[in-house]
Amino acid sequence: MKKWTRRAFIGAGVLAGGTLVIGIAIRPGNRSSKVAGLIASEGETVMNIWLKIAPDNTVTAIIPHAEMGQGVHTALAMMLADEMDADWSNMKFQEAPADKEYANYTLLKGFIAGNATFPKFIEETIDGVFLTAVKSLNFQITGGSASVRFTGQQAMRIAGAAAKSMLMQAAADTWKVPVDELTAQNSIISHPSSKRSATFAELAPAAAKVNIPTQPKLKSPGEFTLMGTSQPRFDIPAKVTGEAQFGMDVQVPGMKYATIKAAPVFGSKVKSVDTTVSSSQQGVKKIVNLGDAVAVIADGYWQAKTTLDALPIEFEATENSGLNQEEIMDRYRKAMDTDLADGNLDTHFKDGDAAKAFEKSTILVEAEYQLPFLAHATMEPMNCTAWVHDGKCELWCGSQNPLGVRAAAAELLEIDIDQVTVHNQLLGGGFGRRSETDVMKQAILIAKEVEYPVKLIWSREEDTQHDVYREATISRMKAGLDESGLPIAYAHQFIFKHHPPEAADIPYTIPNQLIQYSSPASHVPWGNWRSVDHSTHGFLTESFIDEMAHAAKQDPFGYRKSLTKDNSRFQRVLDMVYEKSNWGNPLPANWGRGIAIAQSFGSIVAEVAEVEVSIDGKVKVHRVVCAVDPGFAIHPNGFIAQMESGIIYGLAAAMTGEITIENGAVAQSNFHNYPVTRMNEAPKIETHIINSGNPPGGGGEPSTPVIAPAVTNAIFDATGIRIRQLPISKNDLRASIRQTT
Amino acid sequence: MTSLTINGKEYKVDATADIPLLWVIREQCGLTGTKFGCGIAQCGACTVHLDGQPVRSCVTPAISAEGKNITTIEGIATDKNTLHIVQQAWIEEQTPQCGYCQSGQIMSAVTLLNENPSPSDEEIDAAMSGNICRCGMYGRIKSAIKRASATLQSSNPL
Ligand code: FES
Ligand code: FES
Repeated sequence: MKKWTRRAFIGAGVLAGGTLVIGIAIRPGNRSSKVAGLIASEGETVMNIWLKIAPDNTVTAIIPHAEMGQGVHTALAMMLADEMDADWSNMKFQEAPADKEYANYTLLKGFIAGNATFPKFIEETIDGVFLTAVKSLNFQITGGSASVRFTGQQAMRIAGAAAKSMLMQAAADTWKVPVDELTAQNSIISHPSSKRSATFAELAPAAAKVNIPTQPKLKSPGEFTLMGTSQPRFDIPAKVTGEAQFGMDVQVPGMKYATIKAAPVFGSKVKSVDTTVSSSQQGVKKIVNLGDAVAVIADGYWQAKTTLDALPIEFEATENSGLNQEEIMDRYRKAMDTDLADGNLDTHFKDGDAAKAFEKSTILVEAEYQLPFLAHATMEPMNCTAWVHDGKCELWCGSQNPLGVRAAAAELLEIDIDQVTVHNQLLGGGFGRRSETDVMKQAILIAKEVEYPVKLIWSREEDTQHDVYREATISRMKAGLDESGLPIAYAHQFIFKHHPPEAADIPYTIPNQLIQYSSPASHVPWGNWRSVDHSTHGFLTESFIDEMAHAAKQDPFGYRKSLTKDNSRFQRVLDMVYEKSNWGNPLPANWGRGIAIAQSFGSIVAEVAEVEVSIDGKVKVHRVVCAVDPGFAIHPNGFIAQMESGIIYGLAAAMTGEITIENGAVAQSNFHNYPVTRMNEAPKIETHIINSGNPPGGGGEPSTPVIAPAVTNAIFDATGIRIRQLPISKNDLRASIRQTT
Repeated sequence: MTSLTINGKEYKVDATADIPLLWVIREQCGLTGTKFGCGIAQCGACTVHLDGQPVRSCVTPAISAEGKNITTIEGIATDKNTLHIVQQAWIEEQTPQCGYCQSGQIMSAVTLLNENPSPSDEEIDAAMSGNICRCGMYGRIKSAIKRASATLQSSNPL
């Protein structure tokens, strides 16, 4: 491997506003020529791997992320254009090819190292290590609410600023004037005193030869012209005319359709199936036994589906074939008991001596919580079009991880990754589900059996029953309060730790903490579900702190405020949500107000829910006030939309979301028995952004973890019933029950 | 061969007795703006108009649409270069997120406004609750309907 020299990393690390920003805006070696072949067409100048300039002075940002409706293409292009002083009305974007050059090492590093600042002398080593790690991992993921946080900050802005500085230098050299006499605006560089000016396009060929600047100067927020504004999103017009093309909509000449039925019990295999196509089966091309699933290829989806539905398939019984949800939860409880008794719990966090502090406590608060499995239920069911021919593989799909798809295809077919092409399409919802490669692998295995392209479409039933699920969990929580009601001990025993690693941390100042976990075996496949572990811990922490506040006979808002005194960001967000929600103002009978706050993916979100619980126990969430500190919202309107989206997604899960296992398989199948929030159930949402100037936080996920506890805390306020088991629909909230609680 | 009239154009299609209109529109006519979401009339993503009335094309047999005027998302604007008032409002409110549900949402909203040009919040809820949006853009859908309604009022003064 090529040795990374100091020169090689110039441009990779720059000092901006006192914070070390590590970027891959400008990569060492002359990679532009390779990249040019991937992204540029005739006459276009590739300035670096993130942008190109066309002869008509159009600037195109190359965006290494998939569009799931989070507006990432627009927001990232804005970051680049702003630093470059490019003309927004002449700005375009292009999704980066699924190529290793765009392997997202800033993202991986963001996950692992957070916003750490590294001393200069180790920065190169770190970059080298991360870059190598990412390249070998084939990591080009859109997820972790990371696009703006990492790619935007550490690639787009630097790329824009570097390109501008190169263009300026080219102008200075051509006109023989000092560079600091030049100005840039709307894709034009001017020398005001000599009244000369040239477009970016005119200067681009010369600029591309200029040495890459070692420290392109980034703008301060006061100089932003685009960042912080809500430009109309690029992706929207095509989404109202029906022209927007999702994976589901791909049409490849000669293509046939397939659908699939996997073994209902995870891990089971096909025992027998007759794959003969009879002449009476009109339009049916082939029946494929994949070992753990059966697929039918036909002229259309409907023929494939009706044939598959009628096909007798026997699946092997496994040790899990008789397993039911209750037994799974019992197993989890037993594992927790055994791990505790045997001293086998893993420690997540320990501070002081919790056991001793519990003995000294005046009030003990204890509770067990239970959360269900959840499916993603993206609006667009899983699908992938595959064509395997001449030692090559072409794929059309909407993926949060197109480079991962490429690598998986190469491995599966045992061909070189260069023989695999992924045409990434718009995603009809991702939520973590589309970071997997299972569907693509199935499509490849099916397409491998025929010479033509095949579009594999999952039915909604398959989508619900063969998801990768948010974990079902049990948590045991305990707090010890002193005579004033302040906590002096906190213990939490939970199960399953995935990521982010800090999800089980609490933001509250409590001395003497012991947070531990077990990892029991489970046959239900796990996957990233919007906000991942924060989706469980947001509910757990914020429900339990509410229980503690009530045990201490204190106001839940005031209690949170006093226990986060040292965290000025939390204090501001709490104050904002207090003010905007009219906290403390009286509500009608049977209404309640609940609050919750959490930090995740770099953003701090507090929500107050106003909830009505009718006499017959029906819950209606009327209003949600959301206050958020994302550091800086690059595209405020898009950011607000993401907050709204995360709230409704989390609300659907809180109210009715539950996947259960019956006889080893998922019992739910479609929206009638896995119901989601509809318009008549959706609250009015008001979002208030605090631009605190901290490093930018994510938008796609952070509003999800807090909605469930905000609602259940409000239900407690309305009824006195504490909800410790989700979904809410499982709990009897009738007025007759309330009296006895 | 069955003959279908979609957005004023005639299509000759191959329709078995039970094939839903959705799959014919998407696969045989190549009009992919109409989406598949659930297949059981639960989500509204596949909504099209049959003689102006909204139907779930995933459960409507294609042959039952013969002789009727079928309108899909591709056909609600008067021509290729203009947008329907509802589409315009959708852009102005920056309504879609992933966008996958939005064809269906717009088709439902167009019928609602045709029948009731100034719907109340409750009437909007009632007309739109058959359309799921997993991105949770309900607030924006509602605002866009109100914006379109306001445009209709100002362009047709009573
Ligand atoms: S696909 Fe027809 S209603 Fe869902
Ligand atoms: S915009 Fe994504 S489902 Fe509605």
